[in-house]
Order: sequence, then C-alpha cells, then structure tokens
Amino acid sequence: MRISPAATQRLAVTVMWSLTVLTVGVLVFIITYILANGLPHVDWEFLTEAPRSMGREGGILPMIVGTAAVTGLAVLIAAPIGLVTAIYLTEYTRESKLTAVIRFGADCLAGIPSIIFGLFGFVFFVITLGMGYSILAGALTIALMVLPTIIRTSEEAIRAVPQAYRDVSYGLGSTRWQMVTRVVLRSALPGIGTGIVLSIGRSISETAAVMLTAGSALRLPRTVFDSSRTLALHFYTLSREGLSMSNAYATAAILILAILVINLLAYWCMRRFIAKVK
Amino acid sequence: MTKRGHSAFPPESSPRPRGRPKNQAEKQNVPFWSRRGDRVIGILLMVGALFAIGALAVITAFIFKEGLPILIQNGLGRFLLSSDWYPSEGRFGIFAMIMGSLAVTAGAMLIGVVFSLACAIVLTQFCPPRVVSVLKPSIELLAGIPSVVYGFIGVVILVPLIREHLGGPGLSVLAASIVLGVMVLPTVTSISVDALQAVPKSYREGSIALGATQWQTTWRVTLKAARSGIVAAVILGMGRAIGETMAVIMVAGNPLDAPTSPLDPVRTLTSQIAMEMGYASGEHRQALFASGIILFVIIMILNIIALTVSRRRAGRPGR
Repeated sequence: MRISPAATQRLAVTVMWSLTVLTVGVLVFIITYILANGLPHVDWEFLTEAPRSMGREGGILPMIVGTAAVTGLAVLIAAPIGLVTAIYLTEYTRESKLTAVIRFGADCLAGIPSIIFGLFGFVFFVITLGMGYSILAGALTIALMVLPTIIRTSEEAIRAVPQAYRDVSYGLGSTRWQMVTRVVLRSALPGIGTGIVLSIGRSISETAAVMLTAGSALRLPRTVFDSSRTLALHFYTLSREGLSMSNAYATAAILILAILVINLLAYWCMRRFIAKVK
Repeated sequence: MTKRGHSAFPPESSPRPRGRPKNQAEKQNVPFWSRRGDRVIGILLMVGALFAIGALAVITAFIFKEGLPILIQNGLGRFLLSSDWYPSEGRFGIFAMIMGSLAVTAGAMLIGVVFSLACAIVLTQFCPPRVVSVLKPSIELLAGIPSVVYGFIGVVILVPLIREHLGGPGLSVLAASIVLGVMVLPTVTSISVDALQAVPKSYREGSIALGATQWQTTWRVTLKAARSGIVAAVILGMGRAIGETMAVIMVAGNPLDAPTSPLDPVRTLTSQIAMEMGYASGEHRQALFASGIILFVIIMILNIIALTVSRRRAGRPGR
C-alpha cells in the first residue's frame, strides 16, 4: 500500500513540528524548573555574603566577584585581538594563503573542547608561567576559547557594512585606517557587540577550563593573582558533592538569570545592527 | 600612475569644497595617516591576526609535550587497546574510555541529528517568518545554558526516570546521550539552517511547479542540495559531543569498565581527564595529557573533515 503524497505531507509536517515544539519545550522546562526551585532561596544575604562550611550555608559573593573578574578580563583580552583579526581579514588584505591559514586557526580553535583548553591553561599559564591557580590564568584560558567567536561575529558584522560607505569615505579623501575606524567600525559596532556579549555568556557558563586554571578557592579574591571559584564551578561542586541542594538551586537560578539577560542583550544588539546596516 | 596614484586619493592640489572645516583638511597632512602609515597599520594588524593560529600551535605543542613521553614509553598500541587503568601501578590503557566516548557520542548524534534536522526544516521550510523570530532565538538560547545546568537537570530528572522505567543504575550511556543530544542541537541546527537557506530558491520553485508537495520538495530537492552543509553540521556536532565534559561526568556514572548496554554507566575520555586532573601527578598526570592528545587528534580530524566538506560546498555554489 502506498501512502498518498498529500498524507505524507501532513504526516511529515506534524512530525517535524512536534519535534521542534518538544525542543522548545525542553528549553522552557529547564528554565522554569531551575528558576522555580532556585529563586525562592535567593535573597539579599545570599548575594552579599561569603559561603560558610564549604557552601552549605551562606552566600555566593566571592563566586560572583570571581566570575565577573574572570569574564571581564577574558573579554578585555580577547576582544582587541579578535577585532584586529577581523579588521585585517576584511579590510586590509585579499583572500590568500595567509588568510586561509588564519581562518583555519580560528575555526580549529573554535572546535577544541574546553577540557583541552583547561589542560593547556593548566600546564602553560598555571605551571610554566608560574601564575598558579588564579583569575589571570583562568581569564587567559577563557580568552583563547572565546577568541574565535569574537573573530567570526566581528568579521560578519564588518562584511555586512555596505560597500557604499567605504566608497564615500574614500571619496572624501580618507585613508584606509580613517575609513575603517570612523566609518566601518562605527556601523559595525552593534554587530561586534553581539559577539562580545555572546562571549561573556560563554565565559560565565564555562566550567571545565576554569576548574583547571582558576582553581576553586572560596575566599573573596583580592587581586587577579588570587584563585577564585566561579559560579558555574560552585554550582557543580554543591550539587555533585551534595552539600546543599537549596544553595545549588539558588546558584543555578542566578546563572540562568545571567544567561537570559545576556542573550536578551545579544538579541537587542543584533536587532540594532540589522536596523543600522539595512 | 604616480607613486600615490590610487583613485581613492584625490591629488593634493584638488580644490576642496569651501564649507569643509579646516582642521579636517589639515589632518590629511599628518604623516600617521599617510599611505605609508596605512601600510604600517596593515602589518601590525596582520601580526595581531596571526595570534589565533599561533595560539593553536602553542596549545598543540604543550599538550603533546606533556603527554607524548608516556605515550612513547607505554607504546601507542597498548595505551589505546588495553583497558587496564591502574595509575598507581603505572598501567595506563584507555580503551574503555575511548569506547565510552564513542558510545555516548553515537547516541547523542542519533538523538541530536533527528531533532536538529526537524528544527532546521521547520525553521526554513514550514514556518512563517513571525514564528521564526521566536523559535530561532529560543533554539540559540539552548546553546547559552551552561553545561553544568544540563548535567544537573539530567541527574535530578532524567536519571531517576531511566532508573525507574528502564532499569539499571540510571546513570548511563542513555542518559549521557540524551543530555548531549540536547546540547549539540543548537550547533547542528544553526549550521543546517544556513545550509538549507543557501539552496537557491529556484530549486524549490521548480519542484513545486512540477507538482511535488512541499514535503517531497524538502526531502528530495532541498535536503539533497544542502547535503554537504548538513554533513558538516553533523560532524561539528560530533566534535562538540565528544568534547563535552561536565554534563557527562554528572550523568554517566564513570565506572572504569566499558559499557555493554545503553543502560550501563560509562566513563568518557573527557570525564576521565577532568575527574583525575585534580590530584594526579607524575606519570599519572602525563597519562591524562596523553588521553588529551588522543581526544585532541580525534577532534582535529573531525574539524578538518567538516572544514573541507563545507569548503567544497562554498566552491560549487548551489550544489
């Protein structure tokens, strides 16, 4: 018996849609589950106190500070390098063997799993360069991880700037560098911002690499040479070692809230960018 | 052509519009903005751009430097094909872990690819633009959720479900596959969407005009035309799955022997490294780096396959 094309069409559309709805359902479930179980345990003390007895009680202030420091520093390191790479690839050269090599490097870097970055950061930054478990070592490792994202999004943002802008800028007598900094980058800025915001999200969620480089100290870090546990690692430790389920849920809720805000911000940047270059 | 004869640069004597502010005209004469300055900037930018490939080289060098000695001392064959992992006795064999990684990855791809393709097809073929503007960001949001949160949800929801309804300890290949399947979904979906969107509209229109249904068109024309892009997406997803660490540690149970059924617990290469790195020293640490080498080589091979597949697509537009 053959099923008629019309019936197949209906069946296929139903199956495809149900799989998609199920996917979105998983997302909605994860977010609501974590927020519903975690938010009730989040209060002002939780956000502003240090953890007591390994995190069974008390708050997560040192982890918030540590996460912000690692993330901020990582993006501060990766963004200029990524931007320079993107400007070079788009405005200062033609496609050649060299650009192919640079792109290959960025693409491969993007595919390397975080645990490998962690191993590298451990042996290179922590041991060879003698930084020890520290915010700096963690940030440098994360910077390498997010570099490809920043290169890729900046490159796409710069390419999306209409050629006419460049022609007009040249027509007015500007040099290439003036054209790039005053015309192209200004238009591409929201697009570049999207990449940076996404990188912030990625560094906040990262666990395996910071575990091997930033360490897991519970104290409030004073300098970038101090070890500090990040939120994601703290959440992992709390739930894995069964220290405190309520604190684990609360930490997860903070993580999820941060990720939601960051994704909204990225989305908003993207919208602004599309409106700008259109 | 004069020395600075570039059409973009007006000759110095060209009359300038009167309204132009004077200081802007003066800036043109500052040497930094000259063409030579531009060339210097170009070279500086190039040096910066070489950072990524340099970083890749340094990472490769250091992972190999740490792990290679024990690999040579133990013999590659024994390291890969033996399942004896007794660090205190200096016996290191990662066969069970390799099998574990492969089993978990295969399961994840089975689940992830089906869902990703469905999402990509819906997003590009069946979905009105207004719904796309909601669906696409939510699927991208899945990529933003930290892997530890996936692992946690796996432990508190999925593992008890499997334990009660299917038997076994719950911490299993199946649990890890499902969690990883969801985690690779955003990657595979977004690359597949790009591939499907790159198919020329005329293909679709032609097929519909010949009387094919929407589904027949999608299945036999669009998907076939986007094949290489989708293959690249699946391979990159595979790399993600094999490299994921924290979520797998949490749901896989991590015993030392290889799994024999989907309900058995499993230890992967990545969880092995992450769990033992904290206290390992000497040969044990070297052996973990050697496991890192194996993982690194697998990932690089997958990356290079994905890159060549997608480049071939770029070389022949529309195929």
